[in-house]
Amino acid sequence: MKKNWLIATALSAFIAFPALAETRVINGEELAADQTFIYRILDDFKTLDPQLNSDVSGSEVMRDLFEGLMNEKADGSLEPGVAESYTVSDDGKTYTFHLRDALWSDGKPVTAGDFVYAWQRLANPETASEYAWYMELMGIENASAVVKGEADPSELGVKAIDDKTFEVKLINPLPYFPAMTVHSSTFPSPQWAIEEHGQNWTKPGNMVSNGAYVLTEYAPGEKLVRERNVNYWNNEETILDKSVALIINDEAQALTRYLAGELHKTEVPTGQYPRLKEQYPDQATAVPYSCSYFYWLNMSDKGPEALKDVRVRKALSYAVNRDVIVDRIMQGGQTAAYNLTHTATANFTTPDIPYASWTQQERVAKAKELLAEAGYGPQNPLELKISYNTSEGHKKIAIAVSQFWKAIGVTAVLENTEWKVHTENMQDKNYEVARYAWCGDYNEASTYLDLLTSYSGHNNAGFNNADYDALMAESKTIADPSELYTQAEAILAEEMPFIPMYHYTNVNMFKPNLRGWPLENVMRTWYSRDLYLVKD
Amino acid sequence: MLTDTGKIEEMATRMAEQDVRGRSPWADARRRFLRNKAAMTALVVLVLVALFAAFGAQFTSFNNEDIDFMVIGQVAELGYPSLASGHYFGTDDLGRDLYARTVQGTQISLMVGILGAGVAVVVGTLYGAISGYVGGALDNFMMRIVDVLMAIPYMFVLIIMLTAFGRSISLLFIGIGLLSWLDMSRIVRGQTLSLKHKEFIEAARASGVSSAKIILRHIVPNLLGVVVVYATLLIPSMIMAESFISFLGLGVQEPDTSWGALISEGARTMKFGTLWQLAFPLFFFVVTIFAFYFVGDGLRDALDPKDR
Amino acid sequence: MLSYIARRIMIAIPTLLVLIVFSFLLMHLAPGSPFTQERAIPPEILANLEAKYGLDQPLYVQLLQYIKNVVFHFDFGPSFVYKDRTVNEIIANGFPITLTYGVLSFVVAVVVGVTLGACAAIYQNSWLDYITVGISIGAQVLPNFVMAPILVLIFTLMLGWLPGGGWEGGQWQYLVMPVIALSTSYMASIARLTRSSMLEVLTSNHIRTARAKGMPARRIILNHALKPAMLPVVSYLGPTFVAMVTGSVVIDMYFSTGGIGLAFVNAALNRDYSLMMGVTILVGALTILFSLIVDLLYAWIDPRIRH
Repeated sequence: MKKNWLIATALSAFIAFPALAETRVINGEELAADQTFIYRILDDFKTLDPQLNSDVSGSEVMRDLFEGLMNEKADGSLEPGVAESYTVSDDGKTYTFHLRDALWSDGKPVTAGDFVYAWQRLANPETASEYAWYMELMGIENASAVVKGEADPSELGVKAIDDKTFEVKLINPLPYFPAMTVHSSTFPSPQWAIEEHGQNWTKPGNMVSNGAYVLTEYAPGEKLVRERNVNYWNNEETILDKSVALIINDEAQALTRYLAGELHKTEVPTGQYPRLKEQYPDQATAVPYSCSYFYWLNMSDKGPEALKDVRVRKALSYAVNRDVIVDRIMQGGQTAAYNLTHTATANFTTPDIPYASWTQQERVAKAKELLAEAGYGPQNPLELKISYNTSEGHKKIAIAVSQFWKAIGVTAVLENTEWKVHTENMQDKNYEVARYAWCGDYNEASTYLDLLTSYSGHNNAGFNNADYDALMAESKTIADPSELYTQAEAILAEEMPFIPMYHYTNVNMFKPNLRGWPLENVMRTWYSRDLYLVKD
Repeated sequence: MLTDTGKIEEMATRMAEQDVRGRSPWADARRRFLRNKAAMTALVVLVLVALFAAFGAQFTSFNNEDIDFMVIGQVAELGYPSLASGHYFGTDDLGRDLYARTVQGTQISLMVGILGAGVAVVVGTLYGAISGYVGGALDNFMMRIVDVLMAIPYMFVLIIMLTAFGRSISLLFIGIGLLSWLDMSRIVRGQTLSLKHKEFIEAARASGVSSAKIILRHIVPNLLGVVVVYATLLIPSMIMAESFISFLGLGVQEPDTSWGALISEGARTMKFGTLWQLAFPLFFFVVTIFAFYFVGDGLRDALDPKDR
Repeated sequence: MLSYIARRIMIAIPTLLVLIVFSFLLMHLAPGSPFTQERAIPPEILANLEAKYGLDQPLYVQLLQYIKNVVFHFDFGPSFVYKDRTVNEIIANGFPITLTYGVLSFVVAVVVGVTLGACAAIYQNSWLDYITVGISIGAQVLPNFVMAPILVLIFTLMLGWLPGGGWEGGQWQYLVMPVIALSTSYMASIARLTRSSMLEVLTSNHIRTARAKGMPARRIILNHALKPAMLPVVSYLGPTFVAMVTGSVVIDMYFSTGGIGLAFVNAALNRDYSLMMGVTILVGALTILFSLIVDLLYAWIDPRIRH
């Protein structure tokens, strides 16, 4: 599924955003005396170990504390990190990274050996990282064997030629390989600190890191503080002194604390964006975010008989009034979706999906017609179970959908389970209709469209279409696959293995004196070192 | 969430001590209860709440699940309580009629309270009566089990149960009920112990009535006063426990709702200009719980043979 | 007395074992595992994870191993979800926090509740009585998940007096709202309880006699009325304390205090078996301890009761 992770960086060229280096005195604005950025996160960090982390909020911290071979600019394109440059062998299978003179926070130099250690550690079964598959995804030699425990970690295709030269051998050429090194699981780790402190090496005081910040305080369930790393190679360009994540479970509570001036950034609760935008036009922002919300229709053998009929699937989809969902429920600038791929995805043209241009009355009429054709009606009423995981937003949409279906004579039973149960049920195809969202791994349409291939591990609908598989396979081989993507979306609209609902936005409140937030980054990748605060 | 068991225990002791063969204490008790103004007012309130739950739905054209598409998205501006729009209590965050939802939430909450207390009382009474009546090693064993179960943090166990078996309303009241029968069983056992040597029980035993029959026919009816009082005071605890579970998101399934679910939704949105979403369900919740307290206290005072 | 205590402790052991076995089995019955992820983990990696945490063993082996570690090494094992922390560590970190605001709330609830209740009883039918009864009626049933956001709206947003959350090592500013939110409803119950039991004692014969003898009112109340009036209150204390630990879920959720309550709920939702078990056992042990303390207190106040 994520064959081309973070291709984003290679593919997308957005509006050039002036790099911070040149904008230190941007617009002649005076910097605030206290350069402390405080933001809210929902849940506690599960780990602070770069090789074990699998969370979004954890990755944000990892990117501040550690630095990998490559970094991402605000617009999502690549820039050098610890690697000053790299060369590729002629067969495209050997990458040689040349490292800059950089130091760990304890003053030791960052060497190629630190990367070798970290990458072997990620793949090592003893580490038991949930992200070990990332080594396989990058296509590194022997990665699968090491992960399975069939080969010693030292046999992984990574090597330190000398302290400043790191060599990686791949099974196949992978043009976007450098972009994959932006991911936090590939960050170097300090062997000496890990061996000295064991599991405790991620505690403040024990942790040694090579990023722009060091971990200075962590109170579980309360907050995490990271402060400027004076040994960071680009420390001079860093303005922000301190970045603080506050763990606030309740989003309404977080908003209150934001309004009381305790936070610089927080999420806007569902449905509150219009009101806040009116009240605080300079603080409430909604920008596209590469995720797509939809309802799986279980058309596998384990699913209900009715959903095997494409007419029923279409009818269910047509009956959903997306405008109500985005304009009346979500109200955060989300766009109604009639296709899978997020419309803001780089180099993606939203295809013309016929029913997208109909009026809702037309859709409902058509839906009734299709249902009747399929043999469902007052005599043979259709009843389906909608499963969703516990959350206000999902609940609201599920309730609305049940109302939309009522209009075409379909009864929806709502089933609310917690996230773990919901996920497991979907993966076991033990559901009828289930709420889902897919977030792009990289900024290109295939991150979405690969999901529906018959061999995808996340094709929860059990959709199996040879034409579709062929299209997606072909798209990997040609320079401009956008035409193929359009065809693929057309197949999805015709087969309707899921009901598209809306494309995400990232809806936040930002204090007016915060600068440098990469709003145009649809992947929501940000670094504290790009941020700074100006005087009010 | 807590009931004052001490007083009920004292009452139980006194009730067991009094002469059970005499005229039924119920006539007396009724007279005394009727004279208790606070308890009578509370009883009237409870009847009104029950009527509201039973017939409230007749007075609105909305039901608890239909979204008012005129209102959704502009709830703060258009969804306020109004007789003109027919939304007497306003609408919830999704534009559903809050009056209809409160009616339906009242049904669920009362049901959880009453059925939960019912489970607790039935299990507790039978368990306590058997333990007390049979006595000996069995009594000892059964009471040790109660001791063991007493130390189990029941809210935690309930949370584990709800995550293990998935949420459902029946699991909720069985869970809440089964975890709160312990106090009841102790009180009943104590009372049974003193009842079992009364003449009429001895007489029944002498004439060869089976133990099961004695427990059900002779012991349990004499415990009725205590049971009723305890149940009345247990209901509000059940309702409060349910509200906490609903707050955690482990309560009833949509589109059904309960007071706890409505209150916790209302509390989430209260700073967004929709205070009615909190006020109406909270009002019913508070009023009902207090009515139960007062009725329970009144019943206890009425049935307690003390100072007679 | 000593043998009574010994017997209670003897009961505690099977109790905890039952608790361990029961919650262990329930937990493993629950659908989903600690490693269920939105993006399914490949089987070989799942196998590594299960091997690391011993989940590849039969259930009874895991259970025995768990009991052995807990009993002999006091080791609750590594957390399945918080990868770089052990359960011992998480509890050592969160429990003192819960205990701090819990004990404080408990003390506030008891001291203020008893004082208010006693005053209301002594000055029965005065304005003080009416106010106490009136407020405690409302406060007793106001759920703390309603109270907490209201407090933050008032004290943080409107008045700007107190920080809206956090712990900061337990500085007083961060304690005020959690303690108010947690203690109010218990304070109200205790006040009502004290009032009614005090009234009963004050109208009893021995107080009437004391009064008739011309003993000063203050001495009557302090020496003769308060202690017996405390009996029902004391029996209420054990469950109250445990309820406060449960109530800490709401406190941690709203005030980011980092206590054990939220850790428990999250552990249940994340299927963090070991953390979940650790907290359950801890709270079970506390429940036992508190009911023992309450029984001893009871016996001290009312010497007629000897077990």
